[in-house]
Amino acid sequence: MHTLSEVTDIQGEEGNFTVSIKKSARYVDMEKCIACGACEEKCPAKTADEFNEAISKRKAAYIPYAQAVPLKYVIDPERCIYLKKGKCGACLKYCPTDAIDFDQKQETLNLNVGAVIATAGYKPFDPSSLDNYQHAKLPNVMTSMEFERILSASGPTGGHVLRPSDEQEPTKIAWLQCVGSRDLNRCDNEYCSSVCCMYAIKEALIAKEHIGEQFEATVFFMDMRTHGKEFEKYYNRAKDEGVRFIRSKVHSITQADDSGTLALEYASDEGQRNIEQFDMVVLSVGMEPSDQAIDLAQTLDIELNDYNFVKTDDTAPVNTSRPGIYVAGVMQGCKDIPQAVMEASAAACRAGISLSDHRGTMVKDKVFPKELEVIDQDARVGVFVCNCGVNIGGIADVPAIAEYARTLPNVAYVEENLFSCSQDTQEKMVEVIKEQNLNRVVVAACTPRTHEPLFQETIRNAGVNAYLFEMANIRNQCTWVHSKSKADATEKAKDLVRMAVSRASLLEPIPDLSVDVDKSALVVGGGVAGMTAALSLADQGFPTTIVEKSSELGGSAKDVHQTWSGRDVPPFLTDLVDQVEKHTDVKVLLDSEVVGASGFVGNFETQVKNGKGEVTVKHGATIIATGGQAYEPDEYLFGQSPCVTKWHDLENDPAKLKDAQSVVFIQCVGSRDDQRPYCSRICCTGSVLQAIQIKKQSPDKDVFVLYRDIRTYAEREVLYKQARQLGVIFIRYTLDRKPVVKEAGDGLEIQVFDPILQKEVIISADLLNLATAIVPSDNSQLAELYKLPVNEENFFMEAHAKLRPVDFASDGIFVCGLAHFPKSLDESIAQALAASSRAATVLAKANIQISPLVSQVDAETCIGCGLCASVCPFGAIEVEEVEGKGYRAKNIPASCKGCGLCASSCPKKAIDMLHFKDEQIVASVCAIA
Amino acid sequence: MAEFEPKIAAFLCNWCAYAGADLAGVSRLQYPPNMRTVRVMCSGRIDPLFIIKAFKEGCDGALVAG
Repeated sequence: MHTLSEVTDIQGEEGNFTVSIKKSARYVDMEKCIACGACEEKCPAKTADEFNEAISKRKAAYIPYAQAVPLKYVIDPERCIYLKKGKCGACLKYCPTDAIDFDQKQETLNLNVGAVIATAGYKPFDPSSLDNYQHAKLPNVMTSMEFERILSASGPTGGHVLRPSDEQEPTKIAWLQCVGSRDLNRCDNEYCSSVCCMYAIKEALIAKEHIGEQFEATVFFMDMRTHGKEFEKYYNRAKDEGVRFIRSKVHSITQADDSGTLALEYASDEGQRNIEQFDMVVLSVGMEPSDQAIDLAQTLDIELNDYNFVKTDDTAPVNTSRPGIYVAGVMQGCKDIPQAVMEASAAACRAGISLSDHRGTMVKDKVFPKELEVIDQDARVGVFVCNCGVNIGGIADVPAIAEYARTLPNVAYVEENLFSCSQDTQEKMVEVIKEQNLNRVVVAACTPRTHEPLFQETIRNAGVNAYLFEMANIRNQCTWVHSKSKADATEKAKDLVRMAVSRASLLEPIPDLSVDVDKSALVVGGGVAGMTAALSLADQGFPTTIVEKSSELGGSAKDVHQTWSGRDVPPFLTDLVDQVEKHTDVKVLLDSEVVGASGFVGNFETQVKNGKGEVTVKHGATIIATGGQAYEPDEYLFGQSPCVTKWHDLENDPAKLKDAQSVVFIQCVGSRDDQRPYCSRICCTGSVLQAIQIKKQSPDKDVFVLYRDIRTYAEREVLYKQARQLGVIFIRYTLDRKPVVKEAGDGLEIQVFDPILQKEVIISADLLNLATAIVPSDNSQLAELYKLPVNEENFFMEAHAKLRPVDFASDGIFVCGLAHFPKSLDESIAQALAASSRAATVLAKANIQISPLVSQVDAETCIGCGLCASVCPFGAIEVEEVEGKGYRAKNIPASCKGCGLCASSCPKKAIDMLHFKDEQIVASVCAIA
Repeated sequence: MAEFEPKIAAFLCNWCAYAGADLAGVSRLQYPPNMRTVRVMCSGRIDPLFIIKAFKEGCDGALVAG
């Protein structure tokens, strides 16, 4: 990883680029810095903390934020007194590891790489130019980014919501949407930023949590755009919890009194002029391409679009104009975290295809010495007590702890270290373990969550199994939290060391666990998502089988004419099907269905049934791409009148359309209601696209769109604008006052309340097209066979909405396309590439190392009650019939996550967890008091 | 006689509560020094017998966090 680095030049082509990088000096040696914070504490130079939006100060020696990776300090050369004036050097003096290095110079690196992925992000819109909102002048007008820091527990106010003017807790806050988005009047951003509606709702709800019941949140908006998975439910929850949503663009903000209270002037839906006072205002600022992103694009010589986002094609959503260079995230266009994470995996997939011939060629395997036998040997525990500079040693009495450790049973050797984790101590530790014949090691230092792997590797270098190691957490959970009482900290540290030694004495060696990987994949579903996933896996050399229920490939894309950005779909689809059919590594099973499944990551077996019989497919990874379809409604005369159609039926019948004078679209049919409380995401864009087509072909036709909120998110907003310019009439309706459709002669009469006119309007329509909800295919059988979770609406549930958007909680199974949630074609393709990339992480290896901390069943004690199998959340325990014995539990190590639910549930104590055995846990417990 | 100081056996899930206790340290939050952590891979690993054992061996309280 190269931090503080910028790309200055790129030469070459796909497969062989030379990238020049300017790497600025950090002035801190990353090898030596232990992030103790001594430099920061002693540094006298203060400046505005950018991470806290300049609300608080930081030092010149700093870590940008608590979760920064790498967690190493950096010195800001613009603020450092030593670097500016040659004086000071406090950090140099106080750093306990001599990590400060003012001699570091800017370096130029040349990297030879085969592919490049650009993810340079965005910048928030700066509202200081908007004089009507007075952000620069009025302290209580904040941007959403500033407010985000105020809400954060690690922010400048410790999570207490205080308004800047008088540091009082506000009880009334207004959020103003679309600041710097959907606006060509006061800024140049005509697109929708796509994320602000959701974050405003989130900020409103969290502020309410922090401030309490008396808090009043108001969101001023144009259209609420909660088009993501589970987002609409969150919006509904906010309404239920009393967040007020007002559809109005606030005209101006002025100061109402000396305390800083603000007056907002706005027009109501009924045209009434209102002035309302608020304690604070949050401007929901949009996203813009950052200057660095634009510079990077120029350096990389990749094309940008009209808004300076990287130009891509809907059918290749992460490919830039230059082969071998890919893009992900907001650098490509406004999007939220799940979509950005999907694109990141998609870009990795594209790079993986490009470089697949070279996969693994630069990997070196580490070789460890042969492990010593420890079974039947008495425990000889070595205890290493770390001072961690002054972090432990400055508070607890380390010599006393070490002295105490010597008195504990089984302890053969004790040593104090200044830094147990330093390279030289590690090397010495290996020697000591060998010299002293230690067969268990305890390090009393920081936390095993960060340092256990390091020490485990060290003891392996000494021939000791990695699991004969235990840490006593005497820093994070002792000296750092009891820094005011040295005696208490010392006593607690002694107890923690005693507990660790007691447990360590009973630890057992555990061999590595790995499973062989069948380097092939199965994709369920042959739509665009399924085919894209299959092709991209096959292109990386992994044979893939597609199981398609119907008699042909293509899925719902067969009905689609063009993508939102105007790309023709039929030729793309024909080409995709052709590629799939011709690819030697893709096998297609049509008219086929999955009827049985077993196995685990790397080794699945799936039974597929078709007209010819049943076949078993063995595969290492599984991708679910079962798609979805438009719901068939039972309202608005659908199915009763020939004038009423849904989705693409209208554009697929040009003759009918030709004769029509008046066409009406109704949005949200079956979406965003009690039965389906989600937004189907793509219908607004779909109807707007069709409306544009009609108006372009015949400008004299009357086209109406009856909608609840227009959700043409991101650059799709431009279509909405175009439709209005072409004369499409948009009329908003509400769920409690839906349009009424009646037959009238050969046509229809549609009655709807127009909130602008404040009157009922009757439209004589020749045709009515319904944008009905997108529902998933029937996934119940598949969900049961692969033990996959679905949400309330039967869309498959990913492992984590933001961080693992294509993974299932079970390893080796991935999801993409409409089976996950309604999405546009470009998004489906990106998600399919992402699923394929994630699957490739499994398939690329000959075998997968899995954590050996798994359950162990004693078949002699087991009575086969099956409680373990029923409580296991991962399907990692099965009950199988054993001849002559009835049923017995059997663990599946590759699926086991080591939680131990089975062990604690077993009424016969027939299950134990490796490394967390009952006796090992009890040994710690008994050593507490 | 010294004031009574309870010893509390704290069974913490490695993935959440234990990480939280670590973060409390990173944030230098101060709390009374009565807790003794037993790290487990999931609070589901806690057998009620562990808690009984803790009391039997002299602990004054038990905390399961996960």
